[in-house]
Amino acid sequence: MLADMARGFLDGAAPVAKLRKMRDAGDTQDSALWKEMADMGWAGVLVPEAQGGSDMGYAAANVLAREMGKTLAVSPFISSAVIAATALRQVADARAEAALARIAAGEATYALAVDEGIKFDPEATQMTARADGNGFRLSGKKQFVVDGAMADRLLVLARTDNGLTLFDIPADRAGVTRDRTNMIDARDAARITFDDVEATGEDVLGQVDQAMTVLKPALMAGQGALAAEMTGLAAGAFDMTVGYLKERKQFGVEIARFQALQHRAAHLWCEIEVTASAILNAGRMMDADPENAALAVSLAKARATQTATLAVQEGVQMHGGIGMTDAYDMGFYMKRARVGAEWLGDYSYHAEQVAAARGF
Amino acid sequence: MSVETTPDAVREETAPDAFREELRAWLEENCPQEMRDGKMAENSICWGGKNWQFTSDAQKQWLERCAARGYTVPTWPKDYGGAGLNRAQEKIFHQEMDRINARKPLQSFGIWMLGPALLHFGSHEQKLHYLPPIARGEIRWCQGYSEPGAGSDLANVQTRGEDKGDHWLVNGQKIWTSYADKADWIFALVRTDREAPKHKGISFLLMNMEDAGVDTRPIKMISGISPFCETFFTDVKVPKDQIVGEENRGWDVAKYLLTHEREMISGGGAGLSGGGRALGAVINDTMEGLTDATLRADAMRCEIDSLAIGLTLERYKDQAEAGQGAGDASAMLKYMGTELNKQRHELMMTAGGSDALEWDGPLGNRAGDWLRTKANSIEGGTSEVMLSIVSRRVLGLPG
Ligand SMILES: Cc1cc2nc3c(=O)[nH]c(=O)nc-3n(C[C@H](O)[C@H](O)[C@H](O)COP(=O)(O)OP(=O)(O)OC[C@H]3O[C@@H](n4cnc5c(N)ncnc54)[C@H](O)[C@@H]3O)c2cc1C
Repeated sequence: MLADMARGFLDGAAPVAKLRKMRDAGDTQDSALWKEMADMGWAGVLVPEAQGGSDMGYAAANVLAREMGKTLAVSPFISSAVIAATALRQVADARAEAALARIAAGEATYALAVDEGIKFDPEATQMTARADGNGFRLSGKKQFVVDGAMADRLLVLARTDNGLTLFDIPADRAGVTRDRTNMIDARDAARITFDDVEATGEDVLGQVDQAMTVLKPALMAGQGALAAEMTGLAAGAFDMTVGYLKERKQFGVEIARFQALQHRAAHLWCEIEVTASAILNAGRMMDADPENAALAVSLAKARATQTATLAVQEGVQMHGGIGMTDAYDMGFYMKRARVGAEWLGDYSYHAEQVAAARGF
Repeated sequence: MSVETTPDAVREETAPDAFREELRAWLEENCPQEMRDGKMAENSICWGGKNWQFTSDAQKQWLERCAARGYTVPTWPKDYGGAGLNRAQEKIFHQEMDRINARKPLQSFGIWMLGPALLHFGSHEQKLHYLPPIARGEIRWCQGYSEPGAGSDLANVQTRGEDKGDHWLVNGQKIWTSYADKADWIFALVRTDREAPKHKGISFLLMNMEDAGVDTRPIKMISGISPFCETFFTDVKVPKDQIVGEENRGWDVAKYLLTHEREMISGGGAGLSGGGRALGAVINDTMEGLTDATLRADAMRCEIDSLAIGLTLERYKDQAEAGQGAGDASAMLKYMGTELNKQRHELMMTAGGSDALEWDGPLGNRAGDWLRTKANSIEGGTSEVMLSIVSRRVLGLPG
């Protein structure tokens, strides 16, 4: 099974200890690991076979994301293999096909530059793409560009005359200034300034003024995969916690014997099980009926955010003092959970999407 | 899951096929209009039984037509009164019933609890004898588990069955026996070996409520109705063939039955078992727009959890072998579903404001329904007991 295979690989190649080592060294991406993931078909999980991908679909992508969440594996999987690949797949031209082939091969990584304020709100985009001859000039600022400091290419959302337009440009184009941000989760992210950056019609992904046709499915794919990652993260934190309950002794017995802790652990397991159903459903809907998957995806992200938050809070609490130490891994789970909670829409954002779909 | 609680984006649609077509046509022809209001309220349920008074001709007709097709228990084998549907067909069945907002033709403890236990532990003769009358709504069952000294510690039951050769002589008392005063038969946990450790001396007996020595006394609940009773057994003779499973091995049957009961309560609890509406819609109706920000946020949370728990119920049904339940995970389903249902009714009360405070007021029985939900996390095993089951059996934490 894909999950078992992924788990076997990640336990060896990307345990939490690896993230710790990278953080201590100041590294935010692991290109060797990404290359291995590409070789296994993970980078091309959503890329058609004709472009060298494994084309396994969204449910499979979510399984991989979940397993990566368990060990906090560092990779541009969601940005490149899920979001960028989905965006590119909406565009049926030779340029997009070539780009997909590079993603699948692990040769090009992407980052999505959407946020401009402290919260996810694509519709509020202020950054401009001014028409200039046959092309455009991009000016403005983006923040919380996850994987953005190291990515080869950027998907940039900007305002054009009659709407929003999505651009696909190399990250080193003249006028692009990337400031790597020092994130709590020790992962790659950037604030990016665009100063009159030149873009051609070729750089437009999809149609001018019609960004959402391409971006909406890509966002949903990313949100679903992120929700899966966070559920994996919750399961990882939970396993660590239950392991500790069975091992730590106080009052002469394992603390797992205390009913107050048993019930908190049991409650957390119940929450994780319920969220796992929402994740499975989101993947299935994305594969079977993407047009109508928005509710399923927001349900998954809303639940995953709450569950991961609970898991890491309970994780630290049930570990006592050791849970607060940097030397112990639980803190890494807590910090990644907080970043995941904000990325691609927080709980409130997705709860509002659910509410709208449910007639509130 | 019902049409309203299961939006298209969440439901997995099965492609229309011959089964769906045929079923749809049958429903169109046979489901009386009055039975298409999806009503879930206590007073619209058809419980069946010898003394059942149909509330309308339509209710009677609907039961008889469904029973003739095995549709009161669609997944049971045909030999025992069911329609022998597989899981895929069962899903279609519920979708089509929900599509026309059809009421359930019959609900009963026989369907939810005894039936699954008999299918698993009963002899072929017992199945042939007891199951079809359940399916046709002719015999109504109640559950004699709890006693004054045996609640969460259920294996502590003291009701005694003395071996008298061809029968057991049963003496003792049950409590909280739902609908004991209306039921025809009772399935009961009876101690048949007083020397053995408590789990190993219990037998699962079937008893006729009309037998001499069986008495019931209704208990009034905080919601105003008296759905449960004290049940007394005084020298009741129970023939030896009225045992399910082996003598002194009744605990296995009891536990298995409980997993089905818990799954059922969970579904009802999540407001997902048909006819339930999106919480937002209910609150909107009451408040003419959801204007209270705090209530709205709470309701959104509740709605998200309802959908996710509904999906979890479906997932476990998909995983289970036909006719099997969720096993130990039923404790999780029950805990999550019932705690959610309590929240949901708290919110409905808040939304109803002072209108919700009257018995049979402008909002009908909203207060009674709210009070009734408080039992959800007690009946069938309390939330605390559910968490202990998860802790021990699923997580393997020491007991
Ligand atoms: C509406 C309703 C209908 C019912 N219908 C039926 C029926 O048809 N047939 C039937 O047999 N029974 C029925 N019951 C009974 C029900 O199953 C019991 O009430 C239930 O099992 C709890 O037992 P108890 O009431 O004795 O509470 P207790 O066991 O005394 O529990 C009291 C409190 O202590 C907690 N507690 C107990 N043990 C532990 C522990 N080990 N760890 C932590 N906390 C613990 C409980 O969670 C609860 O909060 C019904 C109950 C209700 C409310």
